[in-house]
Amino acid sequence: MTTTIDRKSIKFNDAKLIVGLEVHVQLKTESKLFCGCSTQFGSAPNTQTCPVCTGMPGTLPVLNEKALQLAIKTGLAINCEIARYTKWDRKNYFYPDLPKGYQISQFDKPVCGEGFIEVQIPKSEEPARKIRIERAHLEEDAGKSMHDESGKGGVSKIDLNRTGTPLLEIVTKPDIRSAEEAKAFLSELKLILGYIDVSDCNMQEGSLRCDANVNLHIEADGLTIATPIVEIKNLNSFRAAERAITHEAKRQFKQWQKSGETIDDAPKQTRGWDDGAQRTTVQREKEESADYRYFPDPDLIAVVIQEEEIAATQNSLGDLPGAIREQLRNNYGLNDYDSDVIVSAGRPMVDYFRAVADGSASNGKPNGKLASNWVGQEVMRYLNENNATINDYPVGAKKLAELLSRVSAGEVDQTRAKEVLAEMLASGCEVQAAFDKLGIVKVDSGALDALCQQLIDENPAVIEEIRGGKVKAVGSLIGKARQINPNVNPGVLRESLLKIIGL
Amino acid sequence: MSILESPIDQIAREVSTSETSAAQYVEESIKQLRAQQESLNVMISDCETQAQAEAEAIDKKVAAGESVGPLAGVPIAIKDGICTQGHRTTAGSKMLENFVPPYDATIVSRLRDAGAICIGKTNLDEFAMGSSTENSYFGVTKNPWSEACVAGGSSGGSAAAVAAGISPAAIGSDTGGSIRQPVSFCGITGIKPTYGRVSRFGLIAFASSLDQIGPMARSAKDCAVLMNVLSGHDPKDSTSARNDVPDFTAACEENIKGLRIGICKQHFEEGLNHDVKASVEQAIKVLESLGAETVEIDLPHNAHAVATYYVVAPCEASSNLSRFDGVRYTSREEADDLVGMYSKTRKVNFGDEVIRRILLGTYSLSSGYDHELYKKASQVRRLIKDDYDKAFESVDLIVGPTVPTTAFKIGEHAKDPLAMYLADVYTASANLAGVPGISLPCGFSPDGMPIGLQLQANMFRESDLFRAAHQFQTETDWHLKRPGS
Repeated sequence: MTTTIDRKSIKFNDAKLIVGLEVHVQLKTESKLFCGCSTQFGSAPNTQTCPVCTGMPGTLPVLNEKALQLAIKTGLAINCEIARYTKWDRKNYFYPDLPKGYQISQFDKPVCGEGFIEVQIPKSEEPARKIRIERAHLEEDAGKSMHDESGKGGVSKIDLNRTGTPLLEIVTKPDIRSAEEAKAFLSELKLILGYIDVSDCNMQEGSLRCDANVNLHIEADGLTIATPIVEIKNLNSFRAAERAITHEAKRQFKQWQKSGETIDDAPKQTRGWDDGAQRTTVQREKEESADYRYFPDPDLIAVVIQEEEIAATQNSLGDLPGAIREQLRNNYGLNDYDSDVIVSAGRPMVDYFRAVADGSASNGKPNGKLASNWVGQEVMRYLNENNATINDYPVGAKKLAELLSRVSAGEVDQTRAKEVLAEMLASGCEVQAAFDKLGIVKVDSGALDALCQQLIDENPAVIEEIRGGKVKAVGSLIGKARQINPNVNPGVLRESLLKIIGL
Repeated sequence: MSILESPIDQIAREVSTSETSAAQYVEESIKQLRAQQESLNVMISDCETQAQAEAEAIDKKVAAGESVGPLAGVPIAIKDGICTQGHRTTAGSKMLENFVPPYDATIVSRLRDAGAICIGKTNLDEFAMGSSTENSYFGVTKNPWSEACVAGGSSGGSAAAVAAGISPAAIGSDTGGSIRQPVSFCGITGIKPTYGRVSRFGLIAFASSLDQIGPMARSAKDCAVLMNVLSGHDPKDSTSARNDVPDFTAACEENIKGLRIGICKQHFEEGLNHDVKASVEQAIKVLESLGAETVEIDLPHNAHAVATYYVVAPCEASSNLSRFDGVRYTSREEADDLVGMYSKTRKVNFGDEVIRRILLGTYSLSSGYDHELYKKASQVRRLIKDDYDKAFESVDLIVGPTVPTTAFKIGEHAKDPLAMYLADVYTASANLAGVPGISLPCGFSPDGMPIGLQLQANMFRESDLFRAAHQFQTETDWHLKRPGS
């Protein structure tokens, strides 16, 4: 049935973006998925190969148990159902960098079944959404082809170092509704993978790769019209993924306005993201539905995963980003933004933060806000400037906690405390030693009163102003007071001054 | 009589006690090979120089009083589909004409560690696909009993080498009958072990879920000696079994009183040659006379074994052989583009039967056909296995002919691949089910061609096979007959 929709009258905003992602994660194993070769990145071509991963006749694959463990760990961290029975299948296709002529993968019994990740778009008012995971399966990577692109007919070269590297392919349901959400999903996934230490997630080295399936659902005349699905490949950064999806949505809308083509009229197309030109370009115009002739790999035995193994892995996960954010909000009093800053910096930073906040607790309550300010600003600035990680930070959590306790106790104000921290960073000394070196002593009430009187005596004009209602002017007196005695606490001084003045 | 006529354990004993040197056995083996290679075409390549060096090394060890293995000095022929480090391994294909593996198959290492000496790489049907070695790129192997006949296949070169007295033992592989059928045609004994009993690492795969390496020799006892060395778990083969390996030679010595032997009526129906039938029935009487009880059993799905086999095996083969694409292994045909290179390389370097099976397998796995073919075949395979499981509840062994006929004439089935496929009718089901089977000589046709008796046992019950086969061979002398005698 053909309908007569005035396509020009439909607005881009009437189109709902539908995105599903396929993410390939290289698991952090010493050796390959089915042989003992190293997975080290960047070695000279074909130096990390053996008869098994080069597929020489008569050789057989033997499963690297570690890869399976990491896959289970990942599955649990993204709330997937873990298969009790999983098996290996061959995906058959010819390509020069696929030395066996098939890839060992998982077809109908993947190690991880359905799951989800909660995703919050940064700085958005929208609540967090569950992006469902369809499945995650283990497979071996192919090699790398290097073609001569000069057009002069040079030879193609093949590097099989990567062949057989373990990959976990995580496939989402088409639940993602915007380019920002796709980026947020990838960021959250990467963060989780880092927390459970299963992957380096280095996009430059290809240890995290992403393809996006994109189309639009356009509401028109009470009908929902779906545009042809496009798979975008080569998304080698989160930003590229975001931009490619944004571009592709607009392109599909324009294309639909022009041609009216729907999902029923055109097969799935594969497009590549051209980062230079900032657009997607056709890779395969007419994709024949690829027939990979999957069948169970007779060289490998199916794996039965025991309940105990799943339980033990579950227990080894530790707190995950979502739970930690909640804890930082509920138990440490941080807002969304501050908790995200700490969590996004990784598990060691979270541990550091909690140790500082707990160590500087007063009345049994962790000093979350003060710790968050100091960790989020002073500590992180230092790490950025020195390109260091929290593990390299010279001031341990215990020392920083002691300093913040003394700030809370009013022994030192925050400005001076920063000088203390600078001294500790420079010399590696203890808190008290830095206090001594900077001559910081608590100003007692007698000295404070004397100082106030001196200020009142020496600044009659300012006192008049204050008495006249311009309380702000007290600020200039505080500056003067600190010149006289740098140890004076501005808050306490202000209070005393106003009291003496009689306000 | 050639010194190679001695039982294998006797050869090893004589070598280890310096009664006869390993060098002497190797020399005799080389002499026999040189005399018969031209007429029989048993080997694709020989290992003369290395064999002599290895014999010398063993003799030195003996002289120095060091211990040598249970196969010390035993010359052995190895099917050329099994990888030998540094020695060309072709699988009978032009595709691998120049392939020199940088690794040994696990069984090659095991044999060498036991003191056996590889004398040469034997001829086979290309990638073990065939029942006559007529599909070898390196020409057909002739039957030592009649050069007009095939030696069988695919391990035809190995069977002929033993029958011709070139080596006292050989190694073959059996995917649908490729050990049992040629030993039947050549009048020797050979066993296809339980799937998983012997490592497949280094065996160039035809159909991975069916392939199994096994020994071929003149007697069941010799096969048992070899099986003791070949068997056992291999960490390099995930499908190799962790089951304990019993002493198979000890099993040979047990009598068969009370052993329950099933006779499957489906093995004696239409298509079975009259002479073969008569010899097998006579052999069953011998087993009964030794105290075995015979029971009629039913393997109802056996009739579908060949059809099932010719779906499952080509499916796996189509995938296993994808690696031969012209990118590696030096066989590359030039073409304008990549796909052209692939297709021309494979067309030129694979033989017709291999191409036929790749096409069959590719078709059977293709979307839209896989349910009717690959998946259906996998289901029937399960039913065939269930039949065996049921049968082995009431019997220890199943007895019958190995092949419906004696060795056919070279070229007889050249135009009719289907007739050739039917040579597997009694053997393929054991591969589909994974159970072990042994074939041993039980008579001769009026024109003097050997007839084979097949015994099959339950999973990992090779001991029962050796026990019955050896006891049969203590009572009969069919296995002692030699071509031309």
